[in-house]
Amino acid sequence: MASVLIAPLKIITCLACLTPFVWLLLRAFAIGPLDLGANPVEEVLHTLGKSGLNILLITLTITPLRRFTGLHWLVALRRMLGLFSFAYLSLHFLTYITLDWGFAWNSLIVDIIARPYITVGFTGLALMFPLAITSTNRIQRRLGRKWVKLHRLIYVIAPLGVLHFYWQGIRDPFEPLVYAGIVTLLLGLRILYWAGKQRMIRKS
Amino acid sequence: MLIKTARDIKNSEITPENIFRDRRRILAAGLAAGLLPGIGLDTEAALPDGISLNKTKPWPNSIDEEYSDFDDVTGYNNYYEFGTGKTDPARYAHTLVTDPWSIKVEGEAENTGTFTLEDILRPHSFEQRVYRLRCVEAWSAVVPWVGFPLADLLKRFSPTSKAKYVQFFTLYEPNQMPGLRYPVLEWPYREGLTIAEAMNPLSLMAIGLYGQALPNQNGAPLRLVVPWKYGFKSIKSIVRIRFQESQPQTSWNMAISQEYGFYSNVNPRVDHPRWSQASERRIGGSLFSARTPTLMFNGYEAEVAHLYRDLDLAKNY
Repeated sequence: MASVLIAPLKIITCLACLTPFVWLLLRAFAIGPLDLGANPVEEVLHTLGKSGLNILLITLTITPLRRFTGLHWLVALRRMLGLFSFAYLSLHFLTYITLDWGFAWNSLIVDIIARPYITVGFTGLALMFPLAITSTNRIQRRLGRKWVKLHRLIYVIAPLGVLHFYWQGIRDPFEPLVYAGIVTLLLGLRILYWAGKQRMIRKS
Repeated sequence: MLIKTARDIKNSEITPENIFRDRRRILAAGLAAGLLPGIGLDTEAALPDGISLNKTKPWPNSIDEEYSDFDDVTGYNNYYEFGTGKTDPARYAHTLVTDPWSIKVEGEAENTGTFTLEDILRPHSFEQRVYRLRCVEAWSAVVPWVGFPLADLLKRFSPTSKAKYVQFFTLYEPNQMPGLRYPVLEWPYREGLTIAEAMNPLSLMAIGLYGQALPNQNGAPLRLVVPWKYGFKSIKSIVRIRFQESQPQTSWNMAISQEYGFYSNVNPRVDHPRWSQASERRIGGSLFSARTPTLMFNGYEAEVAHLYRDLDLAKNY
């Protein structure tokens, strides 16, 4: 049953992940009544950043969901979700250096170092890079336990992403705080699971 | 040369068609409202009876830059009383009731009291001033405001020698302003100027933009425009003016004093703690429009720099 579902589920996940990007393209090309509003660069930056962060949080829900439901095949969707998140956040960064700053490298480097929220966001994205390039089956097999350890970086990346989101905001912390709550919940579930496992080990 | 050729007519002198059409629509709606009492335009601030923008004169010192698009200026802005999103004001400000409207004047002045909007506006003649608008968030616009010098209004109240500062308050009506439910800022919104800043000829009391009455989302029926300061200083929908001896509290300063000072002059050399103020993005551009360098005092250095001659602008941000 499960294996039959995987292929269509993968297609659905892929299409769902592509939706924000396609929507952005339609708006950028002003299809029908769509447009990017008064500040298009900002709109593209925010849409890409938030889509990437959303998909990152969905990626983080896979493992707890699997443990609760016993639907272990869900893990087959995790890599795709992670890579989509990386793709959106890379485009977010590319938009920032090209459309926003127009390759003004000097201002850019100052911006990345001097502005804590940009430093934080940049660090998060940089940490995603090793995860993205070690995502093939072959490398995953070769690295074995090391792969699992390396990919725990995501537990650092997600809070960095949320901090970046919170910090760039002007005043209204509501949305970033919701994201912070979700990340806390997702990481907290892992700590609970880990603590439970430790207890089991000690008992046996 | 007396005869203007087509090339002499500045882009900004030509009424864009959408605005021309808008004016007709508003005129028609106004007529309809007059003929059918009770049916009015609730999204458009109606000016008091006897107050008209028909005799608005152009102001000779307007900047010679193309106006931002009317839809952008009225569809992308901050007015936190209606939500913190940039499109929230346009979406939700229709609930603002601007008629009747009165303004309470208090503090260190001889003529204090409560004045109707008509009392406030009647003696003044209006001019159209094209100003740059620079938001602290590093976006900007070019707006043709309609209004009159703030100094002309303040003088009518005969401020005393103790009036060193002027404080302004925005309307506080939770039933009309959904954003007031959230403690994002200290409500009612308040702002302030030194008396010298307030009396500077650039300080404008605005009642309109693009030749029509202020739409609710832009601060109807009466707002301040202080073009050399970040946009949040230009307080909207004013209901109270207070003259005082000490520096007044301002909402943004109360919220985050290390980021928003009392002066908040546009200054490309003093960055916001979290982002650069050296450049800005004009709204209404395309995806490929470059940032524009931000000008000292938003380009009004000649008019206002003398106000801050003895002030360390890095400390007094």
